[in-house]
Amino acid sequence: MQKHLKVSAIKDGTVIDHIPTKALFKVIKILNLENCSQMVTFGNNLDSKAMGTKAIIKIANRYFADEELNKIALVAPHAKLNIIRNYEVIEKKVVEIPKEIKGIVRCFNPKCISNGEQVTTRFEILSVKPIAMKCYYCEKITNENEMMFF
Amino acid sequence: MQAKSLISITDFTKGEYLKIMHLAEDFEANPNQKLLQGKVIATLFFEPSTRTRLSFETAINRLGGKIIGFSDSSSSSVSKGETLHDTIRMVSNYADMIIMRHPLEGSARYAAEISNVPVINAGDGANQHPSQTLLDMYSILKTQGRLDNINLFLVGDLKYGRTVHSLIMALLQFENPIFNFIAPPELALPNEYKIHLTEKGIRYFEHAEFTDIINAADIIYMTRVQKERFIDPVEYEKVKNIYILRNEMLRNTKSTMKILHPLPRINEIHTDVDSNPKAYYFTQAKNGVFTRMAIIAHLLNLK
Ligand SMILES: [Zn+2]
Repeated sequence: MQKHLKVSAIKDGTVIDHIPTKALFKVIKILNLENCSQMVTFGNNLDSKAMGTKAIIKIANRYFADEELNKIALVAPHAKLNIIRNYEVIEKKVVEIPKEIKGIVRCFNPKCISNGEQVTTRFEILSVKPIAMKCYYCEKITNENEMMFF
Repeated sequence: MQAKSLISITDFTKGEYLKIMHLAEDFEANPNQKLLQGKVIATLFFEPSTRTRLSFETAINRLGGKIIGFSDSSSSSVSKGETLHDTIRMVSNYADMIIMRHPLEGSARYAAEISNVPVINAGDGANQHPSQTLLDMYSILKTQGRLDNINLFLVGDLKYGRTVHSLIMALLQFENPIFNFIAPPELALPNEYKIHLTEKGIRYFEHAEFTDIINAADIIYMTRVQKERFIDPVEYEKVKNIYILRNEMLRNTKSTMKILHPLPRINEIHTDVDSNPKAYYFTQAKNGVFTRMAIIAHLLNLK
């Protein structure tokens, strides 16, 4: 049986699969794909056995450092990455929430200096499931259900 | 390299706490030591706090330093819309140290990142005010002769009271503290602190009533119960007169017991307590000057 590809294959580059549909555009933003000059294709609301629906992104001729990829773990904790060379998957990766998060997320505390002036936010991850992170500046804890992305 | 700053009470080690205590004792015995001769200290008060500012400025004057700064942001370039970032960049080029108070939480940590001279946090919103905690510790040490084995009663607003939270964190560095928390349920100590105490195996007790349980206290630390903390004003009316310390309640307390309060008080300590030798809050405020001299001398490596 031939598998029909909903998002066309790439020769070389990175495929990010198993992105929650709601997180697709956040992932695009976090990886700054808006400013990527390479071919970027994506599909959303694709059928997924594990997730119901999912999103997928394929970026031609781009490889990312783990550090950069791990930034998407906050919005797509179960993302699976395939590194492609000459149409072959040469490496598979999963993402991991880093110990420290810079930028990406706002501090939930309206009285925090990071919401008062242009400061890059900085958090220490206290727990992963559910996510709890402590602001380096105001020392308040932002929980998963309070996370707001830039 | 970033200069050594004091932003949160947990920035200091136990060794540094003890050094500050030792220096404060030294400054109290000999308050006029001109260690800051030729130095300029900036006191930047983006919101007014006369008491804290006067205490710091007295400390600087006693040490022979010069002061630049402002006492509220309306009299500074901040009112013209200058960012904290730019104010700190500029002032850290002028002064040898910055002492700041700011309404936004985390502002002092941010300033310390920008500044190339030490920053002392004199209050960042409801977050931290570490010099208050060090003067509380100095007051405990002076009156009890120790920081170990202290039975501490904390009364009033334990939910939002930053001085309460910082004092708990600081005393955890010492042997065998016992904590007693007296507060209305609406203003009880946040769970994260209780979990932390339990994890560390520290004894603590919670009480809703303010009764003769205080007879076991070495220190009673009173705080304000502020009306604006209550969502329902009726709840405030119910508790506002419960957590008031009166002289007759002190009859069977330990002879060595002392009452502390970060001041200003509203009505939570009745004025009939003031003449009781167990009332220590005015001396405590005076201890603040020596403690702040010690912090400044320590951060600038003058002692
Ligand atoms: Zn914050």
